[in-house]
Amino acid sequence: MRSIFTTGAAALAAATILSGSAFAESHAALSGDLVIFSDMSNPAPRAVMEGMVERFGEMHPDLNIELTIIDREAYKTQIRNFLQANPPDVANWYAGNRMLPYVEAGLFTDISDLWEEGGLTETLASTQASMTIGDGIYGVPYTYYQWGVYYREDIFEELGLEAPETWDEEIANCQAIIDSGRFCYTIGTKFLWTAGGWFDYLNMRTNGYDFHMALTNGEIPWTDDRVRATFANWQQLIDMGAFLENHQTYSWQEALPFMVNGEAAAYLMGNFAVAPMREAGLTDDQIGFYQFPQIDPSIEMAEDAPTDTFHIPSGANNVEAARAFLLFVTSAENQTLINGGDGLGQLPVNSQSSVDDDEFLSAGFEMLSQNSPGGIAQFFDRDAPAEMAQVAMQGFQTFMVDPSSLDSVLDRLEQARQRFY
Amino acid sequence: MTMTAMPETEIAAPPRRFRQQAIAPWLFLLPGLLFFSVYVIVPIIQSFQISFYDWNGLDRPDGTSTAVYVGLENYRDLWDDPDFWTSLRNNAIWLVLYLLAIPGGLFIALFLNQTVTGIRLYKSLFFFPFVISQVVVGLVFTWFYDPTFGMINELLGLVGLGPVNILGDTRYATYGIIAAGLWPQTAYCMILYLTGLNAVDPEQIEAARLDGAKGPKMLWYVVLPQLRPATFIAFVVTVIGALRSFDLISIMTDGGPGFYSTSVLAFYMWDVALSEFGFRMGYGSAIAVILFLIMLIYIAGFLWKMYRDEKGV
Repeated sequence: MRSIFTTGAAALAAATILSGSAFAESHAALSGDLVIFSDMSNPAPRAVMEGMVERFGEMHPDLNIELTIIDREAYKTQIRNFLQANPPDVANWYAGNRMLPYVEAGLFTDISDLWEEGGLTETLASTQASMTIGDGIYGVPYTYYQWGVYYREDIFEELGLEAPETWDEEIANCQAIIDSGRFCYTIGTKFLWTAGGWFDYLNMRTNGYDFHMALTNGEIPWTDDRVRATFANWQQLIDMGAFLENHQTYSWQEALPFMVNGEAAAYLMGNFAVAPMREAGLTDDQIGFYQFPQIDPSIEMAEDAPTDTFHIPSGANNVEAARAFLLFVTSAENQTLINGGDGLGQLPVNSQSSVDDDEFLSAGFEMLSQNSPGGIAQFFDRDAPAEMAQVAMQGFQTFMVDPSSLDSVLDRLEQARQRFY
Repeated sequence: MTMTAMPETEIAAPPRRFRQQAIAPWLFLLPGLLFFSVYVIVPIIQSFQISFYDWNGLDRPDGTSTAVYVGLENYRDLWDDPDFWTSLRNNAIWLVLYLLAIPGGLFIALFLNQTVTGIRLYKSLFFFPFVISQVVVGLVFTWFYDPTFGMINELLGLVGLGPVNILGDTRYATYGIIAAGLWPQTAYCMILYLTGLNAVDPEQIEAARLDGAKGPKMLWYVVLPQLRPATFIAFVVTVIGALRSFDLISIMTDGGPGFYSTSVLAFYMWDVALSEFGFRMGYGSAIAVILFLIMLIYIAGFLWKMYRDEKGV
């Protein structure tokens, strides 16, 4: 059972009760060692993680917490070894199908009872679906962030453009931007996943969330006409020259200067792109944000919002302390604290937390809680199984470089689908 | 420590000492044999074994494996897998073009094999690329090839050509990476030849000169035969260098653009089995087995030549 079911993001705003009990339980006396392996190795996340451990340690003076922070990229391969050979009590990972291999091998503990007892089914309702595989819930989220189009407000003003809401407006905008000698969108596809973001949005807008999930679950052939319709919309932009030239040679960071220098007007990206834009000298007046425009009015809007998580490996020794830590992490108070602008600068998962007073975080929160009725996807490489994601994203890149390769690309993806599911 | 146990004369050695002599070499070999079997022989056997399974690399908490026996299916998949053939073809291109480092190194060595002021400095400058890490070489060439800011397009622009995106074009990307790899490899071959040239017998050169040999003829008939040991070593290290060309590909293109267009077998194996999205241990092992068999041909040829040389002399 691979599907990650949708839950309306409206639940995020709706859920109101039961946060007190979550916090109370974590005050029970805990002792022994608590071993935590974390991938929060970038400076800001690292400080957040260390801060959480410190505060949790103060609440439980008898508990000896051993925190090991591993480089985020290296962690992705190391987790396979340590889950089997040397399991910690708490480990970071990602939601969606990215945790499927570990769940199938029984390496993550089903903590649905903790969700019930701790009231998480209420407070974390918006992300429950992404943590659920089959009948079990296999971890807790601690942060997530929106995707959307970040654009140069000053360039749009200069050209007299408004943020587009429909596909026609989008195409008209883009044509105006191209006529002014710029690219509509910067993108760097060297490491492939950025193209996955484009496919997610185009497909969710063209065919809807349920179709997108069915496709990433391998239930629909890639040669289906509806998939072709998604690629046709994509090709419309490619043929106009909307995307940065030579994007296949750049990483997402290397593609950023084109937007900062004004050679490209917008970037479809996660909220983490805002920080480097500001560091590069763009002010908040210059950066704008809009939700990816509607393509088919009959399709409900759905969004990508990748969720990062904590899990309890089945080899954990101090399960009691691990469960208390998970409740502590997801508590409303802690969520407000760690996702604030001086912490992760992302969205809290607990519906009773408050969102930092940042222009983009507020916009993202509003979009995900009110304007994403179709559902919330993780991201292409987390919704599709790893092997399929790799091949498919190579296909997207091939298609973006040369749209005439569409037929052979779709055949390749269809072959892969038949092999991997 | 066995020195004391070995007398000058071995005639009529007592049985105990004879036994010592028989055991001693094995004792000395033991650490090497142990590590060789644990880190080389056993993994080879395991690769063969895993290649018959469909396995994502995970074991259940109770220790049972999630692997499913699939017989030869991984190999059948390989046969139908266009990415495998792309990688194999790229491996062949690497092998052939990388050998250009040998004549390249030879000519630089001949050029530098003279006595002028500061020649040591020039030699070190030419050797410099071999000293820096492959990752740095890859980065430098990536910037050099950059389609927007790169030097190569500036140069092509001067003569009215370009712009080209070498690493972004499936037709040129592999050649672009090989060119980057040739830079340090040529330096390596140059050093081998420079040492070789020191050992060239001046009397033979003198004699050949008296006989009227010069230029290419001198090189071909007098100098090169004396450089044969250097050529042999240069050939061996270059072939090995071509086969382990992994870091440059990973840094410069990450196997892309598109479907593994610059991948070689080693990279493809790593990507399907060990990378972020790689969970196909069985398939990766099947690639490893194929790569091993290909290398085996080369290694067997190498051993055969060593054996023949030792016997022949």
